[in-house]
Amino acid sequence: MGIEAGTVMLGIIGPEVVLVVAALGLMVADIIIKDERERQFLVWIGVAGILGSLAVSASLWGREVAYGFYGMVVVDNFSTFFTLLFLVAGGLTLLMSHRYVQERKLSPGEYYTLTLFATCGMVLMGKSTDLIMIFLGLEVLSVSLYVLVGYVRGSDKGVEASLKYFLLGAFSSGFLLYGIALLYGATGSTRLAEIGAAIAQKGLLGEPMLLAGMGLLLTGFGFKIAMVPFHMWAPDVYEGAPSPITGFMSVGVKAAAFAALLRVFAGSLPGLGIQWKEVLWLGSILTMTLGNVTALMQTNIKRMLAYSSIAHAGYILIGVVAGGETGTTAVLYYLLVYTLMNLGAFAVVVAIEQKDEKRLELLDYAGMGTRHPALGAAMAVFMFSLAGIPPLSGFMGKFYIFSAAVKEGYLGLTIIGVLNSLVSVYYYLRVTVMMFMKEPEAEITPVLFHPSLVVVLIIALFFTLQMGLFPSTYLHIARESIKIFL
Amino acid sequence: MGIAGYTGILIMVAVAAAFGGVVVLLSRLIGKRQESREKLMPYECGIDPTGNARRRFSIKFYITAMLFIIFDIEAVFLYPWAVVYRSLKIFGFIEMVVFVGILLIGFLYVWKKGALEWGSKSI
Repeated sequence: MGIEAGTVMLGIIGPEVVLVVAALGLMVADIIIKDERERQFLVWIGVAGILGSLAVSASLWGREVAYGFYGMVVVDNFSTFFTLLFLVAGGLTLLMSHRYVQERKLSPGEYYTLTLFATCGMVLMGKSTDLIMIFLGLEVLSVSLYVLVGYVRGSDKGVEASLKYFLLGAFSSGFLLYGIALLYGATGSTRLAEIGAAIAQKGLLGEPMLLAGMGLLLTGFGFKIAMVPFHMWAPDVYEGAPSPITGFMSVGVKAAAFAALLRVFAGSLPGLGIQWKEVLWLGSILTMTLGNVTALMQTNIKRMLAYSSIAHAGYILIGVVAGGETGTTAVLYYLLVYTLMNLGAFAVVVAIEQKDEKRLELLDYAGMGTRHPALGAAMAVFMFSLAGIPPLSGFMGKFYIFSAAVKEGYLGLTIIGVLNSLVSVYYYLRVTVMMFMKEPEAEITPVLFHPSLVVVLIIALFFTLQMGLFPSTYLHIARESIKIFL
Repeated sequence: MGIAGYTGILIMVAVAAAFGGVVVLLSRLIGKRQESREKLMPYECGIDPTGNARRRFSIKFYITAMLFIIFDIEAVFLYPWAVVYRSLKIFGFIEMVVFVGILLIGFLYVWKKGALEWGSKSI
């Protein structure tokens, strides 16, 4: 047995080890520090953990593909790409939460610890090469988030959201697990590589058990990426959760589920492409159409962004359906772009929001742009980028997704995507119009800027602009990441 | 593989069921029955039941139950580990130290936060 290979293995899960050590350190610091005010500094332990993890995972980039823990996890460019993405999302979430936690007198230790553990779960999910490992990563991430969603205990909406997310999340985990069991029954393995090999060798393509397993797996992932018809939880949960956590969920959980989806479907079940592409094709159309049309009618900014995030899952699905080198590259690029622009938008929401879930209605944004021009301009950039207006990164993301779809012959899907994108311009622009062109009904209390939040806004703004103007570096990185699928 | 490998378990199940059934049946057939109020209560010895079971419980029961599960699982891991300890050598030892260490930090955390207090201290 190769148990002596301990040193090699630790390197493979290096980023996770750093995250877990930081999280444990946070817990110890939380019980040592008695003073409530000093405890606010705990966020910096979390940020240090994320930075350390970033350094470790950046050093893994470009290395040879290495498997660890008997082939359960792998370090390749694909996993490193997603590791970096999750760490950026986690770090920005921590910074965004700093004032949020302080103002609402939430217990900081647990909040930051759980955020780190959730990030760790995402990272694990991105580098799993075994269905059991994917499930484990998903659970680590979900369990942490169930608690975080209901973190504001006095809030009815928060408790409702937490319970809803827990029940539906547990249900979707059941689907996923059943799918794993059926795939194991059909192919005799939970290893992704062995599943792919078994299908090719035994000629299992039309096997009902295999197809049923694949369908259940798709359902499980569909829940996590909020694909229609498994999206019903998203608006309520996104509205009730603390705003920084909503931002984290809308980018992190989605990206983690897409990473696993790509690894399973594009990586090990390409032979079944005809079947799952058909399903995702329809799923993609339904997801973006429903997301965009329903977002038009929202008056609460968090609900609007929730439907917008459903719609974006639909665009990303176009890329997954298109597949091939261009399609998968576009998916990765889009996820990166979406992470930064959406977290930026949520940072603005967090800045404007006040205690007890106040100032979350669209009407509350009236006059914000004239009072705080910088904040208004930042929000305008994020909204234009989400709408896909050039030269911002959201446009480039959509451009690559749509051109990949055209190249692979999905013309109908592209047309529906472009039409949807047009519809979405209305509700994104409405926010900007509200901020700059409408006078507030009552005098507004000014927004208080916290340094941590300003840092998040600057980072998000910089990358939203830079990735749109100079996309080639990021595209190159994305292309390097998907080499394993080709 | 196949059913053959499980014959032993099947026989065990049958023997256990038969043993339990025979004992209950025998005591019913041979023994004298004297029913009294105490004997018909859910717990012959222990606290007398009061009122309906469908009422609200203190949340502390759930927390205690949850914390119990964690240490239960620890025991579940420790037994098979102890059995194969020799073949795992030093690596297995370090693995278990890491696992128990993480659990210990968690335990310290819940302890210091007062989750184990049954009194009025809020958590």
